[in-house]
Amino acid sequence: MTEKQKRAQSENTVLMLRRIIGYIFLVVLSILCLFSFYILLINSTRMHSEIAGGFSLLPGKYLFKNIANLSANQNLPVFRSLFNSLIVAGLTAVISTYFSGVTAYGIHCYDFKGKKAAFTFILMIMMVPTQVSAIGFIRLMNAMKLDNTFLPLIVPSIAAPIVFFFMKQYMESSLPLEIVEAARIDGSNEFSTYNVIVLPILKPAIAVQAIFTFTASWNNYFMPALILTEKDRKTLPILIAMLRSADFLKFDLGQVYMLIAFAIFPVVVVYLALSKNIVQGVALGSVKG
Amino acid sequence: MTKKKSSCVSYTRWGYVFILPFFLIYTIFSLVPLFSTFYNSFFENYMSQLTHIGPKFVGFANFAKLISGGDMFTYSWNTLVVWILGFLPQVIVSMILAAWFTDLRLKLKGQTFFKTVIYMPNLIMASAFSMLFFTVFSDGGPVNIILKESGLTHEPIRFLATVWGTRGLIALMNFLMWFGNTTIILMAGMMGIDVSLFEAAEVDGAKSLQIFRYITMPLLKPILVYVVITSLIGGVQMFDVPQILTNGSGNPNATSKTLIMFLNSHLANKNFGMAGALSVMLFIFTAILSFVVYRTLTKTEE
Repeated sequence: MTEKQKRAQSENTVLMLRRIIGYIFLVVLSILCLFSFYILLINSTRMHSEIAGGFSLLPGKYLFKNIANLSANQNLPVFRSLFNSLIVAGLTAVISTYFSGVTAYGIHCYDFKGKKAAFTFILMIMMVPTQVSAIGFIRLMNAMKLDNTFLPLIVPSIAAPIVFFFMKQYMESSLPLEIVEAARIDGSNEFSTYNVIVLPILKPAIAVQAIFTFTASWNNYFMPALILTEKDRKTLPILIAMLRSADFLKFDLGQVYMLIAFAIFPVVVVYLALSKNIVQGVALGSVKG
Repeated sequence: MTKKKSSCVSYTRWGYVFILPFFLIYTIFSLVPLFSTFYNSFFENYMSQLTHIGPKFVGFANFAKLISGGDMFTYSWNTLVVWILGFLPQVIVSMILAAWFTDLRLKLKGQTFFKTVIYMPNLIMASAFSMLFFTVFSDGGPVNIILKESGLTHEPIRFLATVWGTRGLIALMNFLMWFGNTTIILMAGMMGIDVSLFEAAEVDGAKSLQIFRYITMPLLKPILVYVVITSLIGGVQMFDVPQILTNGSGNPNATSKTLIMFLNSHLANKNFGMAGALSVMLFIFTAILSFVVYRTLTKTEE
């Protein structure tokens, strides 16, 4: 009896110890994740001489002054780029999720010749990076006179294999074909069945994927930098690259931090508001449960 | 009966209509450019100062030049080194965290908070994150200020002037951006394992480490393969972080210049032939890797 109690006790101590180690490890990792963003938050509210002079744990008073200075800066059209980024990322999120749903619906709900081949093809191309066809893409866009427009950055997202795959998975678990049958009997044509009946059912999946496609497009640097060369057309990542190459650190660090904050914090705010869905979405998309 | 059959046929046609946009757009914006890239790789076609040389058909000359030049191997090596430097800690830490989060006895509190925090860097703009690190780790930046004020260093550490400082920072950023994602994927895999297996092992008196070694690991293997290969494909595409951190140079001495940075410099110089040849090599490499992913994906489906 005492032997058993002793063992249970020692087991409890081990468990307690493991818990403590676990918490310490997690706290250290969290600090590692957050420290650079914390510095960003603090330094975007301080003026150049304060930032260069030392570090502070508390924010300064120059947030609005930094924003004003940055917006007055002719070399970095920050609000224009912010607007461009919003347009590109917003439209990409909408059409990518809508059409991925359409494609997934076509594969999921209909039996047709070559369906399996089509599905296999999409899975095969899922991992092919866009960079490998970049020169063909740029030359084609130049030939079509689409350089310095947003279309080459938005329209190709209609064919998004990863979003498609997620939608297909979601339909398998949440879209009973009886509903589609019922809609047909009620005389609904196939397009309105998708738009009126299926789309609302897909809402949770669309929400998650819209966030992912929005951030992916918002963060995209490689392709926009090659397509958008006119000053007014640039998106935020291109501005960041300009900031880096202009060796701006010597002039006004307040503006440097402010521009980085403009690029990073919108996504952070949206993420914190929706983090639960996002974290679930990652798990759902990757592995079949 | 006949009526139903005919309606079936008409629905079949709708399947094609629904998948048409995907294939149309993919053909125009990906497939045609891919073939055109292949086509370009066989031509000498570049800008020398202001004169346009070519296009002239040269067969495999671009490929030969690419391989004999040796640069490609240097940049492949850089990419591989930086990838491993970031991936190893990533997969180890993710494994530990996923095991802890799913441990039935450990019952760690605040999981939602920690998951939210560790996943966050994944959604951050890589170029802005890199610019932030460039500023924070610069010679007079906050990290050096903090190190100096706490008395740990007297002279500022010049992270970006050293090979391993630069590579280390890139790897650190990649680690921070991806370990949360990997943790969640591995967790999903671990939660998919039948609970009764763990219970049975516990009844038999297996320790946590033994359970991990003999039950979790073998059953997790397909997902682990998936994680490794997708990360490797991501690693091949490594661009934003080193490009911004080193302003495209990969300094010091191009030791952190990656393959896509190499491709980007050819594209920026309008050397279409060489860019094409490099793209074809990258395509073949990623296609092989993609095939492995495809196999593991379809296997888990069965």
